[in-house]
Amino acid sequence: MNNVTPNWIIEPKSSLIDLKLKEVWEYRDLLGLLVRRDFVSFYKQTILGPLWFFIQPLFTTIIFTFIFGNLAGISTDGLPKPLFYMAGITAWNYFADCLTKTSTVFKDNANIFGKVYFPRLIMPLSIVVSNLVRFGVQMILFIAFMCYYYFTGTHFQISWAILLFPYILILMALLGLGTGMIISAMTTKYRDLAFLVGFGVQLLMYATTVIYPLSEVEKKYPSYSWAIEYNPMTSIIETFRYGFLGEGSFNWESLGYASGVTFILLLIGIVVFNKVEKNFVDTV
Amino acid sequence: MSAAIKVENLSKAYQLGQIGTGTISRDIERWYAKLRGKEDPFLRIGEINDQNTKSESDIVWSLRDINFEIEQGDAVGIIGRNGAGKSTLLKILSRITSPTTGKISGKGRIASLLEVGTGFHPELSGRENIFLNGAILGMRKKEIVRKLDEIVDFAGIERYLDTPVKRYSSGMYVRLAFAVAAHLESEILIVDEVLAVGDAEFQKKCLGKMDEVSKGQGRTVLFVSHNMDAVMNLCKNGIVLNSGKSEFVGNIHDCIEYYQNSGLNSIDNWVTKKNLHRPHFTSIKYQISGTQPDLVLTISFKTSSASKNPAAFVVFGIKSSLGGTIMEAVPSLQPFIQFNGGETSYSCEIKLTGFIPGTYFIYAWLGASEAENYDWQDNILSFEVTLPPMAERTFPYSARTGFLVAQSKLI
Repeated sequence: MNNVTPNWIIEPKSSLIDLKLKEVWEYRDLLGLLVRRDFVSFYKQTILGPLWFFIQPLFTTIIFTFIFGNLAGISTDGLPKPLFYMAGITAWNYFADCLTKTSTVFKDNANIFGKVYFPRLIMPLSIVVSNLVRFGVQMILFIAFMCYYYFTGTHFQISWAILLFPYILILMALLGLGTGMIISAMTTKYRDLAFLVGFGVQLLMYATTVIYPLSEVEKKYPSYSWAIEYNPMTSIIETFRYGFLGEGSFNWESLGYASGVTFILLLIGIVVFNKVEKNFVDTV
Repeated sequence: MSAAIKVENLSKAYQLGQIGTGTISRDIERWYAKLRGKEDPFLRIGEINDQNTKSESDIVWSLRDINFEIEQGDAVGIIGRNGAGKSTLLKILSRITSPTTGKISGKGRIASLLEVGTGFHPELSGRENIFLNGAILGMRKKEIVRKLDEIVDFAGIERYLDTPVKRYSSGMYVRLAFAVAAHLESEILIVDEVLAVGDAEFQKKCLGKMDEVSKGQGRTVLFVSHNMDAVMNLCKNGIVLNSGKSEFVGNIHDCIEYYQNSGLNSIDNWVTKKNLHRPHFTSIKYQISGTQPDLVLTISFKTSSASKNPAAFVVFGIKSSLGGTIMEAVPSLQPFIQFNGGETSYSCEIKLTGFIPGTYFIYAWLGASEAENYDWQDNILSFEVTLPPMAERTFPYSARTGFLVAQSKLI
C-alpha cells in the first residue's frame, strides 16, 4: 500500500493514446499470475502435461513434410524438409496464437471485465507473454532438431542474422498484439470479425512463406510475388530462417517495411483498444 | 473532513434493443457528427429510464444528472428499486464503464466488490486463486503474502488450501472469495449485493467485517443492497435513486422511510375500455405510514359512473409476489357509494400487521353486492416492504413460513 493517496478523475473522454503504462506497471504481479494461470491450467489433469506443447508442432511438421514436401514436392531451398517446416511453423504459431487469442480478449474476459477494473491492456499483454512461454518450449524442440541434423552431417549454416532473433521476436509479438487488438476492439460491436479471424489466420498462413520459400514464389510467379512480399510476416519468417538455417531471402528493406507495418498496426490497435475498453461492457 | 468522492452531473445513456444490424450506418453518422463538433444525434432523443413504459427512442438514460459528495470515512447506502440505476452508478465508480457525460473526482484507492470470486479459475488451488483474485482486485503480491494467513483463517478453508477450487462446496468457494476481497486495503470500498450469498452466519460475519472496515478503520464505504436491515446497520447516510435520478440524499433512516413511501403509489385518470355507464374506479392512490409491525396503508380512490346505478361498496386485497391473496379489507359492509353521475372521492385506512420484506400487490373491487361486480382491478398497484417486522430477529424471513408474522408475547 503506498502512502500517497492518489487522486483520480473519471470522465467520459480520454486522450487518444493514453497507455496508462504506469498503471500497467503497478499491476505487473497480475500479469505474472495470469501467465502462470494459463500455463498451469493448460496441462492440469492431463497425463502428458507440458509435453502437449511439443506434440502440436511435431505432428504439424510431420504432416507438412509428407504433404507439401513429398506429395506436392515444393522446394525447401535445399534445407532438410522437417527443419524447414519447423522453423516456419514455430515462428508462425507464435504470431497466430498471439493474434487469435488477443482478438477475442474482450469476449473471453467479458465476465471479469464487467466486474473488476484493472488496466485492460494487462490481458492482451498476458496473452503475448504466456504464448512466449509456449514459443520458448517449441524453440527447444526446434533447436533439438537442429542439433540432430547438425550431428548427422546435413548441410546448413547459422548466419549472423541470428542476432536479429530478439528483434524479430518482439516484432512478431507486437504485430500479433496490434492486429489482435484492432480485431478485438471491433468484435465487441461487430461479431462477424470473430468468424473471419478463425479461417483468416489459416488462409494467411498460405500467404506467408511457412510452407514454401520466397525464392520459389519469385521464380514461379514473378508477377504475383509482391502479394507475398507485402505480408509483413513473410520477411519476419524469412529472416528467422536465414538466421537459424542460413537460407532465405533476407534484406534490410523488407525487414524495415515489416517494422513499419507493425508500428502502424500497433498504434492503431492501441488507439481503438483504448477507445473501446471504456465502454465495451455496454455492447459486448 | 474532505470529500472522498465527488460526483458532478453524472449521466449514462444506454442503447436499447439489438446492437448489430444497422449499427454501422449509425456509427458513421455519429462519427460524422462528432467530427463536425456536433452532439451525438442519437443521444438527443433520450428519455428517463422507466422500464414499465415502451419508449419512442432506443436510447435510455440509466443515470441522469446525478450530483453528490461523499465525505471521507462515511458509509453510504445507495437504495432504489430494480432498474433505478444503482448498479450503473457502481459500475461507473468502479471504472468498469465510463459515463456519457459528467465527471467524478476522488481521492484514494478504490476497491470494488461487484461480485465475489471474479477471475477464480476452477482448476487452480485455493492458494493460487487467492493470489490471482487478489491481484485482479489490485493487490500486490507481497501484500497478499502478508495477509494470506488472515484470509485463510477468515474463510475457514485451511485444510483445502491446496485443493482445486472446483472441488470446493459452493459455501467454501464464496467464503474464500469474500475473504480475499475483505482484506483488500483501500480507502474506498464499493460493495454491491454480494451478501446475498452464503448462509446467515456467514452473512453476519461479512457484515461484521464491513462494519469494522467503515467504523473501525475509517474508510469510505459505498453499499448497495436490498437488505434494508443491513443498509441501516452499516450506513450513516444514504442516496435514494429512482429512474436514474437521485431523489433523496440524507440520513439513512430518512432515506429508507422516503424509499418506502415513494414509488408507484398512484394511478390516475386511467382510461377504461369498459362501458363507462357502469360504475368504475378513476383513480387509486396509496400511502404507507407507521413503522413495522404497525404499518398503515391509506388508500384514496375515486369512482365515477355516467348513469344511475345502485349504491356500491369496495373491497381491497393484498397479494403476495407469488400471486396468492394474503388478506382482504372491506372498509364498510354497507353500500356507501352513490352514483349520481360525476366523480366522488373516498379514503380508507387499512392496518397491516407484520409483513415480511418483499413486494406486495393491491387489487381493488367495486360492486353493489356479491353478485353484482362493477369494476375489478387486479394488481394495479404494488408496494414494497423493506424493513423486517422484528428488528432483532436474525434468522431469515421466507415466504415458506408465511408472509405475515403474528404479533405475540409471553404471558
